[in-house]
Amino acid sequence: MTARLLVRGASILGGGRADLLVEDGVVTQVGSVSSGDGVEVLDADGLVALPGFVDLHTHLREPGREDAETVASGSAAAAAGGYAAVLAMANTSPVTDTAEAAERVLDLGRACGLVDVQPVGAVSKGLAGEELAELGLMARSRASVRVFSDDGKCVQDARLMRRALEYVRAFGGVVSQHSQDTRLADGNACCHEGEISGRYGLPGWPSVAEEVVVARDVMLARHTGSRVHVAHVSTPGAVEVIRWAKAQGIAVTAEVTPHHLALTTDLVSGYDPVYKVNPPLRPEEFTLVLREALADGTIDAVATDHAPHALNDKQHAFVDAAFGMLGLETAFAVVHNLMVATGQMSMERLAEVMSVAPARIAGLSKRHGRPIAVGEPATFALVDPSARWTVDREASASLSRNNPWHGRSYAGRVVATLLRGRVTARDGVVVSAGE
Amino acid sequence: MACPDVEPQAQSLDPVFAAAAAPSPVSPGPASPDGPPPDPSPPDARVVLTDADIARALRRIAHEVLERTKSLDTVVVLGIPTRGSSLARRLVAVIEEVEGVSVPVGVLDVTMYRDDLRHQPTRHVEPSQIPATGVEDKTVILVDDVLYSGRTVRAALDALADYGRPRAVQLAVLVDRGHRQLPIRADYVGKNLPTSTAEKVQVRLTEHDGLDVVRITGGLPR
Amino acid sequence: MTRRHLLSAADLTRADAEEILTTAASMHDIQHREVKKLPTLRGRTVINLFFEDSTRTRTSFELAGKWMSADTINISAKGSSASKGESLRDTVLTVDAMSVDAFIIRHSASGACHQVAGWVDASVINAGDGTHEHPTQALLDAYTMQQRIGSLEGRHIAIVGDLTHSRVFRSNLILLRTLGARLTVVAPPTLLPSGIGAWSARDGFTVSSDLDAVLSGDDVPDAVMMLRVQKERMSGGYFPTAREYAVGYGMTAARYRALSAANPDVAILHPGPMNRGLEISPEAADSPHSVILDQVSAGVAVRMAVLYHLLAADTTEVAV
Repeated sequence: MTARLLVRGASILGGGRADLLVEDGVVTQVGSVSSGDGVEVLDADGLVALPGFVDLHTHLREPGREDAETVASGSAAAAAGGYAAVLAMANTSPVTDTAEAAERVLDLGRACGLVDVQPVGAVSKGLAGEELAELGLMARSRASVRVFSDDGKCVQDARLMRRALEYVRAFGGVVSQHSQDTRLADGNACCHEGEISGRYGLPGWPSVAEEVVVARDVMLARHTGSRVHVAHVSTPGAVEVIRWAKAQGIAVTAEVTPHHLALTTDLVSGYDPVYKVNPPLRPEEFTLVLREALADGTIDAVATDHAPHALNDKQHAFVDAAFGMLGLETAFAVVHNLMVATGQMSMERLAEVMSVAPARIAGLSKRHGRPIAVGEPATFALVDPSARWTVDREASASLSRNNPWHGRSYAGRVVATLLRGRVTARDGVVVSAGE
Repeated sequence: MACPDVEPQAQSLDPVFAAAAAPSPVSPGPASPDGPPPDPSPPDARVVLTDADIARALRRIAHEVLERTKSLDTVVVLGIPTRGSSLARRLVAVIEEVEGVSVPVGVLDVTMYRDDLRHQPTRHVEPSQIPATGVEDKTVILVDDVLYSGRTVRAALDALADYGRPRAVQLAVLVDRGHRQLPIRADYVGKNLPTSTAEKVQVRLTEHDGLDVVRITGGLPR
Repeated sequence: MTRRHLLSAADLTRADAEEILTTAASMHDIQHREVKKLPTLRGRTVINLFFEDSTRTRTSFELAGKWMSADTINISAKGSSASKGESLRDTVLTVDAMSVDAFIIRHSASGACHQVAGWVDASVINAGDGTHEHPTQALLDAYTMQQRIGSLEGRHIAIVGDLTHSRVFRSNLILLRTLGARLTVVAPPTLLPSGIGAWSARDGFTVSSDLDAVLSGDDVPDAVMMLRVQKERMSGGYFPTAREYAVGYGMTAARYRALSAANPDVAILHPGPMNRGLEISPEAADSPHSVILDQVSAGVAVRMAVLYHLLAADTTEVAV
């Protein structure tokens, strides 16, 4: 029997208000559609239909730290946040550095079915930064891994980075680099090096620790003719290098996180480890540069770097606490509020940076980041741009509570998420398969 | 109330550290060169000792001290801050005027020995000044402005014991207003003043307040 | 309900700081009596919770508590934190559950005391947190300087050495400015805290990397505080050799002679323990201008004053 869903009265980007008929996960009519027998109706009056979001940078913690997040809980948080696909970072335990490990993550994601969980493969065995992981076998596996990253660690060794870039070119892969020179950012560094770290006696690391690696990597990308992706860009210097590299025609893409757009380093002055993140929160003038770079296309995508941590890993002294913060459920609201509601960016650009561009970078463009049109998969985020809401960390689908957005209010909320015709979340709550 | 020892001279302050800012405490000490602002007399105040009365009382106490004390050589006078310190200096001045003998005088701060610290805002601490002769084997005359519950004197006796073992301790007060809560009595009293506990005895001295007067405020009109 | 903490020198208004210094003077007298005990904090329980070794500070707090009749207990929590898996929060809550009145905390992590203050019912006193602050050290330094050179209002004080890693510097900078002093801080450029340009412009103090210029000229300091330099900083590449550091930034014998000639009343401080021959020469440390032993002697009195002001009044019963 054909499953039929009528999304009634949504605003379609560039196309005005329309009804969308979805049959077997595919959009079959766009326009004025009358509901018939056996058609489930989703009232989308006042909502905007965007292509379902794609997160280039998610930590799902499974396998290894299922107390902090699982593929299931992370998928639920993603669906609640309007996401249809997430790239699951490789720094799990064991590390995703083999075909088998990648397929396992893929299968766990399929079993939940809330979002497409696409594993990211490690660049180096065990993230040790010494020998290449089995990049080719991961690419050939059922998981078809295309994005490789040692995220959490930076590929320090220029030679290893060069080889990785050369190697992945064969199957259209990309290396997503966590750009951070470990000699400039010492082992205790826990925040941005600047006036705040100086005053509060917190060991910081300088912007240049990120910038020197970005500069090196774009030159390696030019040399190898490969694609490099700069994960969580956080400094004006890195933006400058990326802008220059793009102008040269170097194949570089970049992502920025909602927290680097919106939150600033002065938050660490209260020593609350919820604000401890890597790369660190930066000064306000940095956030302004990052917003501009996102609006003008220098930065291609928004990625959450959703990094759940068990409470017990955050309840230490600031320097000892774990790095990372939640982001999947709040990303749309933060970006919409900061960039679209302020007029700095259009809703079309938001769809580009949260769905189309990340799908393209990750090699998922066949299924994700698609136009909303007849014959396309019914994978949407239905958002209400005017709904005001306040983030409540207790309402999160994530298993973790390291939520820096708690208590903050935003204009713009994800009302429903569809994955190939199936409603996966409504009003921030996951809709399980049987419902 | 468990600890009603609210004598009018109690200096208090309340630094608030990590909490919200508090008004800064008024630091005690001698009057400013321009003279302190005129002490506003509360509308229901009754003057019980004038400046002349205070001077007379001190003079009488000085004479009583001389009568009771065989030799001034062993006497040490210690005032209890804030106004007791000034009264002690005045008393010693009168003794010197009458007898031509300079008696060692000092200050004994009792704050750290009080039993009511928990129940009040943090009190200001004055440095104690014990004369070089010490108190060992001396006759110590403690001087305070008002004797009420006796708790201040109890604290003073404890404080004194930590400086040595006097041969005897005597107590001189300008006003004894009754309502003792401890078995303590004064050896020299400027004026016995029956009061109700609802009343307050205000001692004002030139050194601190710009004028000499003792008033009663509050309580029921008689 | 208001809990009183001393987490940062910035928690003290000028009136607070002056009141503590006045009380410290009274307590200092008591230190020279035969009977040093005061009954003030009888029945109060004070926990010295030291996550990092410090015999000097711990002993000083312990004596301060004991001389005021508080029950003072030392807990060496070194290695009991993250390394063993127990969170800082669990460690302090375990002790807090025993109804203690105050925690005196030393921790290698900046901000640890702030975090603890948010978790426990007791008062928290910062006895040194990482490279952040050490407010009671600043109070005893201010006390020592006042005893030697009088009021700090308008006086010029120089702090010299490893500013980046010094909690003594951070607390002194705040407190001495609160007390009206003018500050100049001196360090090689590699040991100046990050962002100090903006910081000094905002707060109003002077930064220099030329010690001789600071110690001479029209505005010779009234007091000079030499900070301890840890030799392991050399391996971090902050400066090449001990010899080079001493020549550039140490209170050498020659520098001491020039300084004491330029200002015969200058006071020289050092929070200890000293690296003689590195940041300070024996000629300066043992000179009549040195108040280094006075600093040690003031430690207990100042900490008694702090305990008195934080703990004597039961803030839970007093409307603030």
